Amino acid sequence: MREEIITSGRLNPHIDPHLEIWHWQIPLYLFLGGLAAGILFFAALYTIMGKEEKYPGAVRRAPILVPFLLVIGLFALFLDLKHKLFFWQLYTTIKFMSPMSWGAWTLMAITPLSMIWAALHIRDFFPKWDWKYDILKDIETEILKYKVHLAWVMIVLSVILGIYTGILLSAFNARPLWNTSILGPLFLTSGLSAGAATILLFSKSAKERRLFAKIDILLIVIELFLITHLFMGFLASTSVQIDAANLFLGGPYTAPFWIFVVVLGMLIPAGLEIMELRHVKIPHVIPVVLVLFGSLMFRFIIVYAGQMSRWLY
Amino acid sequence: MRYAMAIDTKKCVGCSDCVVACQTENNVPIGYCRDWIVEVTDGTYPQLEIELRSERCNHCDNSPCVRCCPTGASHYEKGGIVTVTHNKCIGCGACISSCPYDARYSHPEGYVDKCTFCIHRIGKGLKPACVAVCPTKCMYFGDLEDPNSEVSLVLKKRKHKTLIPEAGTKPQVYYLI
Ligand code: SF4
Ligand code: SF4
Repeated sequence: MREEIITSGRLNPHIDPHLEIWHWQIPLYLFLGGLAAGILFFAALYTIMGKEEKYPGAVRRAPILVPFLLVIGLFALFLDLKHKLFFWQLYTTIKFMSPMSWGAWTLMAITPLSMIWAALHIRDFFPKWDWKYDILKDIETEILKYKVHLAWVMIVLSVILGIYTGILLSAFNARPLWNTSILGPLFLTSGLSAGAATILLFSKSAKERRLFAKIDILLIVIELFLITHLFMGFLASTSVQIDAANLFLGGPYTAPFWIFVVVLGMLIPAGLEIMELRHVKIPHVIPVVLVLFGSLMFRFIIVYAGQMSRWLY
Repeated sequence: MRYAMAIDTKKCVGCSDCVVACQTENNVPIGYCRDWIVEVTDGTYPQLEIELRSERCNHCDNSPCVRCCPTGASHYEKGGIVTVTHNKCIGCGACISSCPYDARYSHPEGYVDKCTFCIHRIGKGLKPACVAVCPTKCMYFGDLEDPNSEVSLVLKKRKHKTLIPEAGTKPQVYYLI
């Protein structure tokens, strides 16, 4: 049999990046970014549609979480940087070809926006809240006049943020598993699904919960469809991408991916949500936790498996 | 100007002199390297062939590492040399992920480091340290746009290949086969 043996004089984790580059910080950041994007998307959407009163869980309550998600995510990202004191260099330039660059700028814009949004709705949590200084009160009334405009900006930025968490990886042609444009829409959908699930948790009205359970089921179906496409694309592609797909089809990531991401993170919560819609009594926190868990695992698995997939030469 | 390197896989004996010369010349920290030797055994026993390659950054013409760098720390220098400006690099690792040749590493001081074609030497008219030190003289360095440079001449004469051209990076280190 024809054989090829490659012996490299350097296989050590200091140098070989497939042995060591990105750790837990990146998948955590991608998850929190996607979740934040999902929540803000629905908050903005229902504000624009004028349904704020009908869906307060989405518009007013859930977004209170977003500044925390983004700040923790940014902190994780910062922990990942190896030349930390120079992080400000990110904001001295915009590189359109570098997803990490425009992602950093998007975060720079959406984080303060999410804080403003949360501040506008703080009375939903603390009814007696008082801004104390007149100037703050004036600013609040002023901003409230432009809330719908703000929502428009937010919806655009949230879609960019959600897609960016996927594009960040898909821009790397050196890692065949990541190098597929489906990852952008897939991570966006997964973020929206996580967002919809979180809104379920914050919502107090059964009507709103039914709507978001339906939305979540739809998003899970889209996700399953995109995952099928992902594998079909890989299997019809070059040998390195076939190898990448095989990491999940018999390779080391088969069990974690199909069990944690697909079954526990998508099929079971979708099933539970359907049962709930049919008025079976299920604590809605169970599907929510499962969806969030699945979406976090999804990022972890894709980030780690991607670093195993490579060109051989 | 387009700097390039040609490395003769028939002459290379895999002695790793180039690796040590680079580590010394560029103060590469212990345990790391900017160039390395790969040995490929290929064929059906007993008809086996061994290819020895001294590998390093390919100073690609279409570098994914420059493209994905969010700060512009990774950039092209004159002659297409790809280098990293240390105090612009945030150590995000994007360029490491983006290189199909795994030619970059994270320096213990935080920034990303890799082969520079010894840009500090070629500015003075010297050859890169690895080329200068090779005991079998298996490496050629020079300007591809100059038809009389030693690298252009040897590439005209000899059959050659680049590594994973299908990755689309247009590598500029050529291997004579
Ligand atoms: S070999 Fe890697 S590090 Fe060097 S220029 Fe090409 S992509 Fe960049
Ligand atoms: S690690 Fe440094 S050189 Fe590499 S992409 Fe990030 S900022 Fe650029």
